[in-house]
Amino acid sequence: MTGPSTYAPRTKFTRWLDSRLPILRLTNDTVTTFPTPRNLNVWYSFGGILSFCLAVQIVTGIVLAMHYVANSDLAFDSVENIMRDVNYGWLLRYLHSNGASMFFIAVYLHIFRGLYYGSYKAPREILWILGVLIFVLMIATAFLGYVLPWGQMSFWAATVITNLFSSLDQLIPGLGTGIVTWLWGGFGVGDPTLNRFFSLHYLLPFVIVGVVVLHIWALHVPGNNNPLGIDVKEPQDTVPFHPYYTAKDAFYLGLFVIFFAIIVFYAPDVLGNPDNYTPANPLVTPPDIVPDWYLMPFYAMLRSVPQKLIGVLVLFGAIATLFFVPWLDTSRVRSGSFRPLFKWFFWAFITDCGLLGYCGSQSVDASAFSIPLIWVARLATIYYYAYFWLVLPIVGLVEAPLPLPDSIARSVLKGRTAAAPVAAE
Amino acid sequence: MADATAPEPTRRDFIYVATTAAGVVGVALAAWPFIDQMNPTGSVLAMSSIEVDLSPIKPGQQVVLTWRSHPLFVRRRTPKEIADARAVPVSALLDPLARNANLAEDAPATDQNRVETKAEWLILVGVCTHLGCTPTAFEGNYGGWLCHCHGSQYDVAGRVRRGPAPQNLAVPKYTFLSDTRVKVG
Repeated sequence: MTGPSTYAPRTKFTRWLDSRLPILRLTNDTVTTFPTPRNLNVWYSFGGILSFCLAVQIVTGIVLAMHYVANSDLAFDSVENIMRDVNYGWLLRYLHSNGASMFFIAVYLHIFRGLYYGSYKAPREILWILGVLIFVLMIATAFLGYVLPWGQMSFWAATVITNLFSSLDQLIPGLGTGIVTWLWGGFGVGDPTLNRFFSLHYLLPFVIVGVVVLHIWALHVPGNNNPLGIDVKEPQDTVPFHPYYTAKDAFYLGLFVIFFAIIVFYAPDVLGNPDNYTPANPLVTPPDIVPDWYLMPFYAMLRSVPQKLIGVLVLFGAIATLFFVPWLDTSRVRSGSFRPLFKWFFWAFITDCGLLGYCGSQSVDASAFSIPLIWVARLATIYYYAYFWLVLPIVGLVEAPLPLPDSIARSVLKGRTAAAPVAAE
Repeated sequence: MADATAPEPTRRDFIYVATTAAGVVGVALAAWPFIDQMNPTGSVLAMSSIEVDLSPIKPGQQVVLTWRSHPLFVRRRTPKEIADARAVPVSALLDPLARNANLAEDAPATDQNRVETKAEWLILVGVCTHLGCTPTAFEGNYGGWLCHCHGSQYDVAGRVRRGPAPQNLAVPKYTFLSDTRVKVG
């Protein structure tokens, strides 16, 4: 979509600036006049929503760091001080802790959107890979942040997750233990661990900003995919990003913020774990250690394997698989709307992710309808992998897709003539 | 038509390779302090040992102490528990090694090798060998410990009987100073 620039500086100053630092030209070409398919639906608004979430986390995080103390004796009390005594501290912390959940709600919908409309297919492979990289960085940042309040869940989440690396002892004896001791800075999770986690929790969001810039850059080379999954062919297929999509994104962002505000003001602890309001105690493990909801599907996969190293490999493999999706899907039709067989497997995959999340939230020996959940989690884990490594390659080969429309404009307008889009002033 | 004979390396080629090699080594050396700073400090490494007074512990009871920032289980076993543990053949165990710091690394996981001299006293590092949770005593199907995190079970000798934990609970180095005093570490 990057074509010749349409920017024409009008004043003497902007002409002077344009020949020295063409920042207004860049803004104009990437935000204002950027040609965007005219048929983007609600599921395409999560890119903007995610940018908003990242900004909220950074701004609230910076001010929380002005009051938080990264010391194992003081961390829990400093969080309580933020909650009780710091002016509006309760609001800032609830925005930050629930903001993480909002961020993951948005990113999961954004990823499912990409999987349904085939947004990972050529020429958008790098765009997709950068997105998966952001997702990995988000998981790391969320985990590091979850440790900082130094409650029971913080402490034991840190213990369990860092111990994942000890499984490498089964490959080379001593390697895993060495890595874990290095991560801890001691023989257990303690003050050195808390300090480095705080340092890295502050760093990673800015790394995410960097990768987001690359993600948007990689988006702006081929341009947006769209619900029809067909390429832009003629000028009538697109509208300028501003005001059409700035307005549409702003509307859905408004709805999202209302939902965010309902959680923050009326149910700020509903997504958290009450055990994290108990100060960390290295001698007592809570009866059920669970991660926050957004990591439960992966946690369920880890628990469903009775062998330590293989369990860890299944957990990391589930995320690593996402990197290969552009080359696993053999169908040349991007959009799931034109793939009658694919649709069934896709919705089964969404259900499967929900099922894994439910299994991860329950105790390890729980059962539902007298079916042991560990077996439900095992089958769901198998389907998760099968969706990517079997369904996507095979369905693309055997399926007869529906006929694709000629163009975006003709599909949207259904015979009416396109009015020329009004450019932004 | 590629030239079959490669040209003789020049002095300039040699300088390129030597400079690159020196640069890589230099960067690696410079990176090491930034990596090693995360390892435990000297004060953490100065390993502590603790002395435990055993006299208040009744048969069938377990106390939990802190040792090197980990929980330490000291359990006084009943004669029935000892007999149960000794009745298990090593071939029935998931981890056949004793994991006893007082013995050789390849010692088999018999109950005798888990407790050394005094069969009554079982001393263990209370860290599940799966992912480091603290197992709960007197739970599970084997009379020992159940780890609530991921369901691993240990018997009355602290040997793993049900996964995902791969190893028996570790037995630390300890010596009896008297009948009622033990030094751990």
